[in-house]
Amino acid sequence: MADDLLSVDKLGKRFGGFVALDGIDLTVRAGERLGLIGPNGSGKSTLVNCLSGTLRNDSGTVRFDGNLLNGLAAHRRTRLGLARSFQLPKPFRSLTVVENLRVPLYYSVNARPGAPHLAEAAVGERCRELLRLVGLEAKADRQPQDLTQIEMRKLELARALAAEPKLLIADEAMAGLSNSEVDNILALLMRLGDRGIAVILIEHIMRAVISFSQRLVVLVAGRKIADGDPHAVVRDPEVVRAYLGE
Amino acid sequence: MEVSLDLLLNAVVSGVLLGGFYAAVSVGMAISFGMLDIGNIAHPAFIILGSFTAYILNERCGVDPIVAGIIVLPFFFLLGAGIYQVYHLAFERRGETAFIGLAFFFGILFIAEVGLILVFGVDYRFVDAPYIGPSLHLGFVDLPLRMLVPCLVSLVLIGLLQLFISRTFIGRAIHAVSQDAGALQLMGVRPSRVKLYAFSLSIATAALAGSCLIIIQPVEPSLGRDYIGRVFAVVVMGGMGSLSGMLIAAMALGIVESITATFYGPSWSPAVAFGFLLLTLAFRPAGIMGR
Amino acid sequence: MGTKAFWLATTAAVLIVFAASRLVTNDYVFFAGYVVLQYVVLATAWNILGGYAGYINFGTSGFVGIGAYSTVVLHKLVGPPIPVLILVGGIVSGAIGLGMGYLTLRLRGVYFGIATLAMAIVVQTLVTNWDFVGGSRGVYIIRPAHVPFIGGYIQYLFLVMLVLAAVAVAAARTIERSVFGFGLAAIRDDEQAAEVSGVPTLRLKLIAISVSCGLMGMAGAPLPYYVTYLDPASAFNLGYTANTIAMPLIGGTASWVGPVIGAIGLATIQQVSTVTISSALNLLIVGVLLLICVVVAPNGIVGLVRGKRRRAGRGG
Repeated sequence: MADDLLSVDKLGKRFGGFVALDGIDLTVRAGERLGLIGPNGSGKSTLVNCLSGTLRNDSGTVRFDGNLLNGLAAHRRTRLGLARSFQLPKPFRSLTVVENLRVPLYYSVNARPGAPHLAEAAVGERCRELLRLVGLEAKADRQPQDLTQIEMRKLELARALAAEPKLLIADEAMAGLSNSEVDNILALLMRLGDRGIAVILIEHIMRAVISFSQRLVVLVAGRKIADGDPHAVVRDPEVVRAYLGE
Repeated sequence: MEVSLDLLLNAVVSGVLLGGFYAAVSVGMAISFGMLDIGNIAHPAFIILGSFTAYILNERCGVDPIVAGIIVLPFFFLLGAGIYQVYHLAFERRGETAFIGLAFFFGILFIAEVGLILVFGVDYRFVDAPYIGPSLHLGFVDLPLRMLVPCLVSLVLIGLLQLFISRTFIGRAIHAVSQDAGALQLMGVRPSRVKLYAFSLSIATAALAGSCLIIIQPVEPSLGRDYIGRVFAVVVMGGMGSLSGMLIAAMALGIVESITATFYGPSWSPAVAFGFLLLTLAFRPAGIMGR
Repeated sequence: MGTKAFWLATTAAVLIVFAASRLVTNDYVFFAGYVVLQYVVLATAWNILGGYAGYINFGTSGFVGIGAYSTVVLHKLVGPPIPVLILVGGIVSGAIGLGMGYLTLRLRGVYFGIATLAMAIVVQTLVTNWDFVGGSRGVYIIRPAHVPFIGGYIQYLFLVMLVLAAVAVAAARTIERSVFGFGLAAIRDDEQAAEVSGVPTLRLKLIAISVSCGLMGMAGAPLPYYVTYLDPASAFNLGYTANTIAMPLIGGTASWVGPVIGAIGLATIQQVSTVTISSALNLLIVGVLLLICVVVAPNGIVGLVRGKRRRAGRGG
């Protein structure tokens, strides 16, 4: 469809003889909230890596916002508006929290051809805004090592958001957090949807995925086995079998 | 220039012998760098240390250099264990390995070299053995024993290591640690324990490689530098952790170097290794045996 | 320190050292001072890639040698003045660094490190085999005895190196505070995260290595005129590499101050001790210091001082 923000067509990736992704088709509309689930080793992370450019796909195509992404370096994809966060937060440890946000502002927002260049004051203002959005204003000048687990996740999300994405891929942003912390992050991600940012949420916590997603995609052994309304998908016998075993 | 067949054939044969020796020099780093991901750039310095211990035992007690290498092997093993302990405590446990660890090994390389210069000076040292000098003649091919013996020692050493790694528990654990340290931990084996054995073993091979080196040529303290490029090229080309790949790469390097030396002069040899290395890094970082 | 203050202080330092040097009559001071300043340039240059981006270059001796031998070649062909030689040495060395970087900086840092070490040895082999520049026998460079307005030639070389040191330090400081420096810090901390934050990691690393190796070549370019007899073994001396890694690591790699402190401290100690004890022992001390430093104080002297301050600040 013409109005798809992301459209993935027959994406394939193998590692030696092991087929990690086998003909994946996937679309995401602008502003859509998509959940992506699957057992461990089903290819979720490989898919995220192929979309964000960390890995090169062997076959198929990825289109994003009118651009063909195949072979494009990761930093170019981020500049086009496809940002991701990592499952294990990867902060820049020698920089303060607020400086962490400056990196994508300098290198993604200000490196966008044709886009207005943010002056130093505007960059500072944007950083404060982002910190307010994720609730880290008080920690702006701390080092990442001083942050708690959930604060680290928030920093990871804020850094991805600083690149001004049209699509955010949140790779297990909530693993290992408590119930109230999960709600906290979930509310944050919901607010992004209100701003028109599409989100792909990769998550193991079912409660969170179901309440978040408008649409749910299931990967098993490198193939897409379901794609549709979350409540219908989780009742699909094939999905149930994949999750609960025979 | 007339390229005569017997000259070429002789160059290839001596290249094979040289390659066998290069395998002995590289096998330690194939274990430490290839399997354990420890960038021990000081490995050639340990080889020179091995040459000097062989020299002392040969000069003072008249011990055969190969036997001398076997005698000091356990001491090199212990030396390796000590160095790994420091490396582990200072870098691996802190989670900062590769970069700063290299500086650590560079420091060791430098200290070993300067230390040997302080003790022995910069003169070339050599050993006496009955097989240094005579050659076997097969048709018009010369087989100098001083090349043949190190090559055979090397093949035996690598064969034993291959058996050790494929047949024993600790050997298989070493192989496993190079694949997935986390999985090993789940099996109840401490990866650092396995790495300690493997690293010590890699340094132990330097004792024998050093004996081989001083049989082939006179040795001075900074000679090890000439081998850093060669060793690294061989290990990377061989596909990092694979001993058989390493052996093939060493032979290939030996043959190309020998042909270069025969037709252009021996002083160009180090450049050959570097050319090999750059081509490998540029086109096949996974090694010639890699996927 | 503000930027204005930095420039004032740097200019003042250069002028004061220069003025003080007019009062000195003993030429040895200039010979020793030249070496200390040369190490300020080398350590600062090394730190642009090693400290800011986290890629350890073991090829300092190679790049110094490239700078020195590009001077030898030009000297034999045309004999241009020293500033031109420095510029050419920098360009040649920077270009070779760029080529090396292009081949190895896409791989893990360990590959880069070992490849640089191997490169230094092979360039030495090439030079040893090159008869035009004297081969292994080395080459004599006849330098003028005096330079107009300045005096003895060694005073002139000292002055040249003083300016070069100021340029190198200023370049490092500018990079450190720029958007470029931010990108390098991101690469050092986490290359993957930097890339998905929009940082063109390969391009930044290539710029950093070109600047770093270019400055090393510039530091090496006047060397033939300093020693007057140059052979491959001294031009490609591994001691350059050891010192250049040890100095920033001892001083601290996070900012431009560390390499300067490390270089001035270590090189001065060496210059004094070369006179009093043997030069081999002296190198041994560098090796031991380097080892102790990477094991015990990975953030160097600057790191130790800052750590103490931070702890004191928290306690108070």
